[in-house]
Amino acid sequence: MMNAAGLPLWAALLTSFFLLLGATVTLIGCIGLIRLRTFYERIHAPTMGTSLGAGSIVLASIIFFSVLDSRPVLHEVLIAVFVTVTTPVTLMLLSRAALYRDHTDDSRKLPRSRDQD
Amino acid sequence: MTRLLPYPLLALSLFLMWLLLNGVSAGQLLLGAAVAFGATWAMRALDPSKPRIRRWRVAAILFAGVFVDIIKSNFDAARIILLRSGRARPALVHVPLALRDPTGLAVLACILTCMPGTAWIEYNATSRELLMHVLDAEAEEYWGDLVKQRYERPLREIFE
Amino acid sequence: MSAVLLFWSVLIAQLLIVMAMGLAVFRLIRGPRAQDRILAIDTVYVNAMLLLVTLGIRTGSVLYFEAALVIGLLGFVATLALAKFLMRGEVIE
Repeated sequence: MMNAAGLPLWAALLTSFFLLLGATVTLIGCIGLIRLRTFYERIHAPTMGTSLGAGSIVLASIIFFSVLDSRPVLHEVLIAVFVTVTTPVTLMLLSRAALYRDHTDDSRKLPRSRDQD
Repeated sequence: MTRLLPYPLLALSLFLMWLLLNGVSAGQLLLGAAVAFGATWAMRALDPSKPRIRRWRVAAILFAGVFVDIIKSNFDAARIILLRSGRARPALVHVPLALRDPTGLAVLACILTCMPGTAWIEYNATSRELLMHVLDAEAEEYWGDLVKQRYERPLREIFE
Repeated sequence: MSAVLLFWSVLIAQLLIVMAMGLAVFRLIRGPRAQDRILAIDTVYVNAMLLLVTLGIRTGSVLYFEAALVIGLLGFVATLALAKFLMRGEVIE
């Protein structure tokens, strides 16, 4: 935290706002991981951390380093792009595996569906 | 142009990624261009199906709409998680899709999974039906209409 | 002024993320089924990545960015392999 003293106040405020927003959203997502009852509900919870949570923390980092170096520092965008592209792949594979397991083991764990087969 | 650079979008994104990782200087510009060029030519040997974006304007509008929807969906999901009083009804929803293009389906999967309110579970390619899970099913038809009107129609315009 | 503000906001953000990681670890231990544990592991990876980004802001060094990218990559591959294992019972077929 030695070189943050030269940061103008507006940049510090913006960075703090987006950092806290992102961290809070991530925390709420993890609370959902605990509070929601079935696996299919819980699969929604971590996407809060990967969409808005990661997005605003990355934005905070971009603002901080861009103002600090007084040039656009955009490499954090790669993290946002990477997370957006990989999360659907893992979650889709995981939910398909869960669906497959539920169909084979005990189908009463399946949540309400319009036409159960 | 197509013979020289078979996959322009891939080359452009590789080039941008190289510059983001290594910084912008004359040497890195050259090196990044070489990497992008070589990788696209290597990709040609694999011969993947080439997605064609037909309408850039629709794509930009869709992107902006999805951006706003993701933020809204985050706050909805936060409300359900924190103030849940048994009123939210999670449900599996079947949505018949007319969208066929694989790239369009992949983008739709990304959109639906990135939103905390919806999750893509399975797509049946023979019956062309999508199975998705929603955190709060206000009405059975609501989510199906949302997917079809808001995302599937512009995606069909872009890719088909 | 801005140094003090940033110090505290980064600290609070890090505490919130660590709490989130703790909750995910709780779900990892509690289960009840394998898919819940894998989901929890994926969440722990994402949270660790975000924690490294905040650490980068705290120290004012861009080095942590690369570590965050590597953690993100490892998390992706690990979750993919575990989900595949769940589906088929083996990773390498």
